[in-house]
Amino acid sequence: MKISVTVTLKKDVLDPQGKVVKQTLKNMGHKNIEDVRQGKYFEIELNENDKKNAERIIEDISKKLLTNAIIEDYTISYK
Amino acid sequence: MKSSVIVFPGSNCDRDVAVALEKFQIKNQMVWHDEFFLPKSDLVVLPGGFSYGDYLRTGCIASKSKIIGEVIEHGKKGGLILGICNGFQILTETGLLPGTLLRNKKLKFLSKNIFLKVINTDNNFCLNYKKKNIIKLPIAHNEGNYFGNNDLIKNLEDNNLIAFKYCNSKGKIEKESNPNGSSNNIAGILNKRKNILGMMPHPERLIDPLLSGEDGSMLFTSLLGS
Repeated sequence: MKISVTVTLKKDVLDPQGKVVKQTLKNMGHKNIEDVRQGKYFEIELNENDKKNAERIIEDISKKLLTNAIIEDYTISYK
Repeated sequence: MKSSVIVFPGSNCDRDVAVALEKFQIKNQMVWHDEFFLPKSDLVVLPGGFSYGDYLRTGCIASKSKIIGEVIEHGKKGGLILGICNGFQILTETGLLPGTLLRNKKLKFLSKNIFLKVINTDNNFCLNYKKKNIIKLPIAHNEGNYFGNNDLIKNLEDNNLIAFKYCNSKGKIEKESNPNGSSNNIAGILNKRKNILGMMPHPERLIDPLLSGEDGSMLFTSLLGS
C-alpha cells in the first residue's frame, strides 16, 4: 500500500523560509502571490493490506516521528 | 561526581565538554548512542553538534536512539541532565523539556559571543552565578529560536523555569539583543524539578582565560557543589 504524508507548519508558527520563497516569487514578477508556507512530504510503502491497520500505523508514525505536534500538522493520503 | 557524555553520529562538542568536565574534576565517560545501558552517573550531558545530520528535525532522530530510554529514566529519577545546543534540541524532542527550537528568525547560522542574564540561580547548574549574573558565552546554531505557545511561555515565566535570557552588556533584556527570535529572549530553560537544563549557548567553550573568558566555568563548579 502506498501512502503519502504531508507535514505543514501550524498557522501561528513563523515560517521564514516560506517568506523568502514568497518574496523571491514576487521579485520574479509574480505579483499575485498572496502567501507561501513551506512543508515536508513523505512517500511511504507499507506491507499491509488491511486499510484499518494501515491507518493505525500511519497515524502512529506521523504523531511519534514525522511531526512535532507543537509546531506541525499533517495530512495523510492513501493511494 | 560522575558524568556521561552521550556521543551521537554528528556530535562535535562532545570532546570539548569532556575536557571541561575533567578540568573541574568530574569523572567522565563517553557513551556511544548505540549502547542500551547508561553507566552509573550523577550527570548526563547531551553535547552540541548536528546529531544524525539534523535529518527530519534537529535532535529528532537522536531522541529515538537506543541510549535515550536510559537517559529519560535517569532524568525522571531526578538525575541531572545538561543539554547544550543540539543537546537542548534533543531534550525538547524527547519531551523532557517543553517547547521546541525553530530555525533562527533571520535564517542565518549564528556563531558569535552574546551576553546572557542568569535568571534562575537557584538550581544545581547555576548556583555560582549568584555573584555574577550577567555573563558572556558563545552561541553557534541555526535552530535556536525557542518557541512555545503563550500558555507555555507564561508557565515558564511564572514558575521561574527560565535559566538564561539573551541581554545586552548591561544586562538589559531587549529585542535588539535577541539573536535568533526566541520567545521572551529565552536562551535556556529548566524542567519543573530543575534537574534538567537545556541551553543554546556553549559554556564548555569559555572555561579558560586562554579561550578569552571563563564565564562558562561557574556552570561546572556549580555542579560540583550540588
